[in-house]
Formats: sequence, structure tokens, C-alpha cells
Amino acid sequence: MPYKKFCLVCSGKQCESGKSEEIYKELKKLTMESSICQNVQIVRTGCFGLCSKGPIVKILPDETFYVNVDVKDAKAIINDHIIAGQPVERLMLKHDNPAKESRFYQKQIRIALRNCGIINPEDITEYIARDGYAALSMALFEMKPMDIIEELKKSGLRGRGGAGFPTWMKWKFTHDIKDQADEIFIICNADEGDPGAYMDRSILEGDPQSVLEAMALAGYACGSSMGYIYIRAEYPLAIERLYKAMDQAREYGLLGKNILGSGFDFDIEIRLGAGAFVCGEETALIASIEGERGMPRPRPPFPAVKGLWGKPTVINNVETYANIPKIILRGGDWFGQIGTEKSKGTKVFALTGKINNSGLVEVPMGTTLREIIYDIGGGIPNGKAFKAAQTGGPSGGVITAEHLDTPIDYETLGALGSMMGSGGMIVMDEDDCIVDVTKFYLDFSVDESCGKCAPCRIGTRKMHNILRKITMGKGTMDHIQQLRALAVPMQKASLCGLGQAAPNPILSTLKYFEDEYLAHIRDHRCPAGVCKALVTYTINPDICIGCTVCSRKCPNNCITGERKKPHVIDQDNCIKCGICHEGCKFGAVQIA
Amino acid sequence: MEMNPREELKKLREKKRLELHERKGNENIIEILIGMGSSGIASGAKNVLQALNETLEERGISNAIIRKTGSLGLDHAEPTLEIRMNGMPDIIYGKVTPDVTRRIVDRHILGRELVCGHVFDKPAQDVVKEPKHAL
Repeated sequence: MPYKKFCLVCSGKQCESGKSEEIYKELKKLTMESSICQNVQIVRTGCFGLCSKGPIVKILPDETFYVNVDVKDAKAIINDHIIAGQPVERLMLKHDNPAKESRFYQKQIRIALRNCGIINPEDITEYIARDGYAALSMALFEMKPMDIIEELKKSGLRGRGGAGFPTWMKWKFTHDIKDQADEIFIICNADEGDPGAYMDRSILEGDPQSVLEAMALAGYACGSSMGYIYIRAEYPLAIERLYKAMDQAREYGLLGKNILGSGFDFDIEIRLGAGAFVCGEETALIASIEGERGMPRPRPPFPAVKGLWGKPTVINNVETYANIPKIILRGGDWFGQIGTEKSKGTKVFALTGKINNSGLVEVPMGTTLREIIYDIGGGIPNGKAFKAAQTGGPSGGVITAEHLDTPIDYETLGALGSMMGSGGMIVMDEDDCIVDVTKFYLDFSVDESCGKCAPCRIGTRKMHNILRKITMGKGTMDHIQQLRALAVPMQKASLCGLGQAAPNPILSTLKYFEDEYLAHIRDHRCPAGVCKALVTYTINPDICIGCTVCSRKCPNNCITGERKKPHVIDQDNCIKCGICHEGCKFGAVQIA
Repeated sequence: MEMNPREELKKLREKKRLELHERKGNENIIEILIGMGSSGIASGAKNVLQALNETLEERGISNAIIRKTGSLGLDHAEPTLEIRMNGMPDIIYGKVTPDVTRRIVDRHILGRELVCGHVFDKPAQDVVKEPKHAL
């Protein structure tokens, strides 16, 4: 006999420590004892994300959400709610602070991701069923090009690729000079290169038609009939789905000649990039499409005036485009209501690193880091402490625990010395070494610098060398000054945004974690125990019970000791692999 | 006279929307959504899809529609399956393996009970509501 109600008990890490297991057993026991056991199923589920209010119990199908549940509440849930049909008011999510709590499940607003995970990306009709191409159809028949730009202006949409330039302005520049040019191009920048960012890939894989529709809208607004999608070849599934989407759009008369009988022509081609970070920079991207080596050139002239093959070119990021059909359809004012004063709408973040629920989240601008990390992301695994979040990839910086409550938008991130970037958000806990992480980003910048301008080519390498010395315990106090002395001129003298932003991780971490740099330099110590050269493993004789696991696992045979007696590490021969530390179940192997 | 392509688009939208709507109301139809973005596939969504197809055939379930979608954002719980059927709440299953898939078919679809330990909630309700005006 089918169940009528389901009682979901969260069994995420944090709720488990909050006795969710006992609650589960109690609920199970109570149902088995009563006659309702055939009507209700008690289920253990994955984390709900609202760990700060755990343990959590949710009743389906009526979607009642109980927070801070205790074992003794089980009786009330079963008797009052399941049997008598009266939800237990006192356990329900309180709305006394509606701005914060009741928005939990609605903290995310999915605009750019509206169709991801819902429609079949390989079937254009499912996109059409969810108002796909309605915006294009409306624009072509009821709006003038300038009306579209006006809607974008009202919406306040800014480039989601990182710099945050107002989208309507880019379109307007091109629109204004379209009569002087014989050809105009629309480009979609899908060269997503930031470590830890994958929102563009997910949009193209989950909802490719939305990008095509937006590019056609851009074509109509700016007087172009040709678009290019520049996508890196590492995204084969996205490329395959884009090709399918384009074929279907042409078949339905939504791309190509005379779209929907309006007389407007627009078609799109795909250009594959070999995956150089610099090719995400718009002038380098244009050079790459032209068949040149992907290197930036000085701006102005901006691509809006002189872009691909010298013609006016509108170039936007995937996520920017994904927002546009919805903005045109629902009006710029609707979009403008979401977000903060200067940063409108939503932003997709790719939440990765030391976080329970890694994934893509789309939140209104102005959501705090705490809400993203603790409410949506479910907090830090294994009860560790939050240390910092790295945003904006190699061009960005860190946000620390003291800024957890800062509303995130373009301005506040900039003021903190970080940046929005494409929206990668890498969460770090107490086990991560800030100097090591910074070295990683500089390493990336060294590899990816195109080498055209000296400040970037030489500066990144110089800074990386200094960081390497510091992590090896060979740092001096002068090094910190040298880092600062290199960083500031690089920001001013580099040719493109990549070189200008490359020192950001250093400046930002020096600002908030200078003591950690000093610990490496002055005390020859890595507080997080990451930098191998600065780490010493020792066995605490008070804790060690002599189980011999460490001595058996040690690859260099440098741990000795008798059974059931404390062991000792021979420091001269220790290769600092850390296997003994990982292997010890008692926490006797300590890092200093 | 040839029909206006704009009208055709509108008609297609209405027809398709009704179809999707009907699917939800129709007691016989079971909708299964499987997250097939890069991250889903990397964590084994293709094996899950295969197991799903096989199990549905073995059990003689012919009224199930499998729809492949992109990532739904729950990357930590992939591969994911969402089951929508009449008489059961819409449920997203996470960390699904071929073995779990068979359990989902037997217990959720045939037995009408949830599969313990693999139920994940939606990260958020889709608050972008369908606009009232149909174009």
C-alpha cells in the first residue's frame, strides 16, 4: 500500500552531530508503534543546506519545514502533524526576520540558470515551451533596436565576465555607429578560464538556446547579421550541444535568413579556442578569431568601435547573454528590482573548495558571503573553521571571515581588494596555506601570460619566484616590500586586464594575512602545515599508544619504536610526506 | 495562404506547454529527469542512464519518459535523478549509482516509497514564475 506522507530527516554532517540519527530512530519507533506505520515513511536525506538551524525535518507532500528539532519533538510531529493533521507551529521556520530566514529557499533566484536542469538542452521545443524565442519574436515585431537597448539600460545589467561594464552601453556604442560600418559582428565569449569557475559551461550545456536567442537579439539591436561563439575546445559537450541547438534553431527559422518572416537575417558560427587564459580578454579573443596569435592590444579603440576585422563588434560573456531574453520579455524594470543599487540582477557563483554543497548557485547581487557559504553551501566540511574565500580566480583576491556579512556586489568586492571575476568562489578552511594558494595563482599567471608586455611577462615570474622562496623557508623581510613594489607598477603598466589584475591575489592576501607571510619568513613555520619545507612532524608521546601503524606506513622507514610504546620520528631522514599524520587514528602525529 | 511564422511559434509554444502540463496531470506518465552536464557525466550519469533504461525495460514500465537535462546546480550530489509522478512528491535523488537506480525504480516507482539516504532537496524553488502574458 502506498505511503501518504513522507517524513524527511536531514542526515547531513552537521545535523547528525545535532542528534538527527536519534530523531530518525525515535520517529521510526513512534510510527511502528501506532497504526499509521503503513501511511508514513520516515526517510533519511542528504543535507538541506540550512545547517545553522539543524536538525531539520521536512514533511512531504505538504512541504512543512521543521527546524531545530529535538528528540522529544518527535512525538509532537507524529501525533499532531501526521495523525491529527495539525502542523507543529513552534518548530516551523520562524519568520520574525523575514529578510533573512524566510528567504532561505528563495535566496537563490534563477534567471541565467532558469532552464538548467529543467529542460532537455537538445530539444528546442522544450526551450520554446518555457518562453524561448518569445523575446526575439516580440523584439522583431514590436520593438525598435533602440527600445531593446533602452530596456537593457533600465535593467542595469552589467557584464558578467568580470569587469562589470554596463551591457547597454556596449550595445549603444555599436548601435550608434552602425550606419558608418558595412558589417557588424556579435561575439559570445565562452572562453572560461578561471580556475574553479564553470558557470558558462553549465549554461551552454544546460540551456544553449538562451545564448543563441540573446545573440540574435544583440544582432537586431546593433544591426548585425553575423555572430561568433568563441568557446574553448576543452568543453566538448557544450560544443556538441551548441551545434545541435544551432541546427534546430535554423530548422525552426529562428536563425538564418528572414527570421520568423521579419526580414531580419542572423546566423552564428562557432570558433574553437585552444584554451589560453588570455583569449578571454576581448581584444585577444578577437585576434584569435581572426587567426592571429591570441594577444591583447591597447584599448581604445574599443571593440564596440573597432573589433573583429576592424568592424564594430559587440562582445559579451555567456552568462550576460543568458540573462537578456528574460530581461526583454519581462522588462528592464523587473530585472532592476533585483540586486543592489549599482549591481542589478543575479550572479551565478561556482562554489568549490572546502564546502559541503559544492555546485552552482545563482543569488541576487547583495547576498552576503555567509548566506552563500553557510545557508546554501551547507558550511565547511568536518567542522573546520572558515578561513577565506577566493573570488575572481587569478585576477581576484580573498574575502576573509571578518567580511562574511558584506553584501557581495561589484563595488564591495572591489573595495575589499578582490573582484567579481567570472564568479568562481573557492572556499578555504584552516588547513589551507594562504601563501601556498597565492603561489598557485601566480603560477597560473606565469603560465598564462601571453608575454606581449614586459610588466606582466617579467613581473609575474619575479613575484612567483619570491613566493616560492617564502614557501621554502628562504624568505626575507625584504621580500614583502619587493612584492608590493612589483605589484603596484604592474597594475598600472600592464597592457591588458590580466596583467593588471595578476598581482591582486598577492596584494589582497598581504592585506589580510600578512601574519601568515611573516610566520613563514620570520619563524620558518607554515601555520596550516602545507609548505613541506617548513613542516616538522613529531609524535606526541603522551598520545601515542604504539600501534605501529605509522612506522609500517612510513615510506622512508624513519619511524622507530617498540610495540605499545611511544614511537619517534628520525627528523634527519623524514621526507615530510605526511603519511604518518594521515594514518594516525589517535592524532598523535603532530605538525609543527 | 502560408501561416505567419510568428503565429506558428506561438502555437508551438502553447501546444508544447500543454504537453508538458498534461504530462504532470496524467496519472500514467512518469517523468524522470537525469542531470547530464559534464560534471554529471563525469560522476557516472551515463551508467545511471543505462541502468535506468535496462531496469525500466526489465520491469515492463513503458509509461516513463526519460529527459536528459544539464546540471541543476547540485554538483556535490551528482549524478542526480528527479522523479515526477502522480501520487508522489517530486523528488531529487543524489549520489545515484546503477544499483541505487534499480532501487529507485523498484521502491519509488513501483513501491511508492522513498529511497533512504539518497533524497536531496532542491537548492531553491524556481522563483522565476512563468509570465502571465502569453506572447
